Amino acid sequence: MPQTELHRDRNPLLEAVDLSCSRGHRTLFENLALQVSGGEVVQILGANGSGKTTLLRVLCGLQPPAAGSLRWRGRDMSPGAPEVYAEVQFIGHAGGVKLDLTPRENLDVAIALGGRPTGTTVATALARLGIGKFGRRPVRTLSAGQRQRVALARLLTCASLLWVLDEPFTALDADGVSIVDAMLYEHIRAGGAAIITSHHPVALGRVTPRPVSIDAGA
Amino acid sequence: MNAFIAIVRRDLLLAMRHRAEAANPLLFFVIVVALVPLGLNPRRETLELIAPGVFWIGALLATLLSLERMFRSDFDDGSLELMLISPQPLPLIVLAKILAHWLVTGLPLVLAAPPIALLLGLPTSSLAVLLTTLVLGTPTLSAVGAIGVALTVGLRRGGMLLSLLVLPLYIPVLIFAASAVSAADGLPVTGQLYLLGALAVLSFTLAPLAAAAALRISVS
Repeated sequence: MPQTELHRDRNPLLEAVDLSCSRGHRTLFENLALQVSGGEVVQILGANGSGKTTLLRVLCGLQPPAAGSLRWRGRDMSPGAPEVYAEVQFIGHAGGVKLDLTPRENLDVAIALGGRPTGTTVATALARLGIGKFGRRPVRTLSAGQRQRVALARLLTCASLLWVLDEPFTALDADGVSIVDAMLYEHIRAGGAAIITSHHPVALGRVTPRPVSIDAGA
Repeated sequence: MNAFIAIVRRDLLLAMRHRAEAANPLLFFVIVVALVPLGLNPRRETLELIAPGVFWIGALLATLLSLERMFRSDFDDGSLELMLISPQPLPLIVLAKILAHWLVTGLPLVLAAPPIALLLGLPTSSLAVLLTTLVLGTPTLSAVGAIGVALTVGLRRGGMLLSLLVLPLYIPVLIFAASAVSAADGLPVTGQLYLLGALAVLSFTLAPLAAAAALRISVS
């Protein structure tokens, strides 16, 4: 068994009950049940347009579900509850990185917004993601993969229990993927959880994600 | 409070790195006000009569021009989502955005006012009142504008709708401010100034709440 199983918590951190989501007038998925416990990585699988990103946004409280409810640690999660947001970090398609600021400035703002610094300094986080020497250059001058790394560095500087990552591996090279793999591993070892999407299978060495498909009929 | 300072600081930094874009509203304001005497009658009596109105219409349109920038880039690059799921109170973050917008757009208008007032031949006795109306009125424009931008930021072409939403709300500021400046040469103006002050307080208290709610709707 993968080592991750050992640390799985009994009580789910986040629980979705009979969740349905729609975009415009189209229903993306219905009656989805999802449980995410501390110590596991859940990988959402689905074809393009099946609603992976929408699901993540709903789970973060960025948009309300069409039907169903969300529970955080067994309690109904009201959208906009600060105590939930303090525990969740979301990295979406648009990474939330300002192109005209340097990676350091971006992270400083993220730390102030997140409110719970981990104690990992910005410099350490950037070095861990292999972009330490670009800390003072505008993000605009960095490549797509490097920008993705700047966004991911937020996970190290801001404390949170649940990481919600939309296509975290898209622009990353093999080295980047292994860094994120190690970060995920340490996160779940410490009792955290992560939900990731990826439309192509990625070979992760240390973490074994639990697949959840949201394709209709699956 | 940290988040508040960080957002103000960030927006000022961004404005510094886009100096040309940030200076656009001020430039527009100066051009409008400088062209009016050329297009109309440059006689002193005419100018004195229309200067308060021209001044305030220029300030209002310049602010309108700059409004969309308040949340647009944050919406496009995902920074807005970070603000929405931040544990910090969203109205506080919105207030920081409004303050930064005023510092970048409103404050330059206030600072540019004295030389431009000379250009329009505004009596020096009215200058103090003009500056007071600008100091009290331009923050209201930024705060009320934030509601409109928050409502339209999710739309691809929200510019026209933004003007339609925001301009009617700007009219009280325009009326009281311009009338205060016109009356400054002899008549009492405290009434208008109190009203402008009241509008500023009202908009700074309620606009962050309204804009925060509107942002949640726009992003979902």
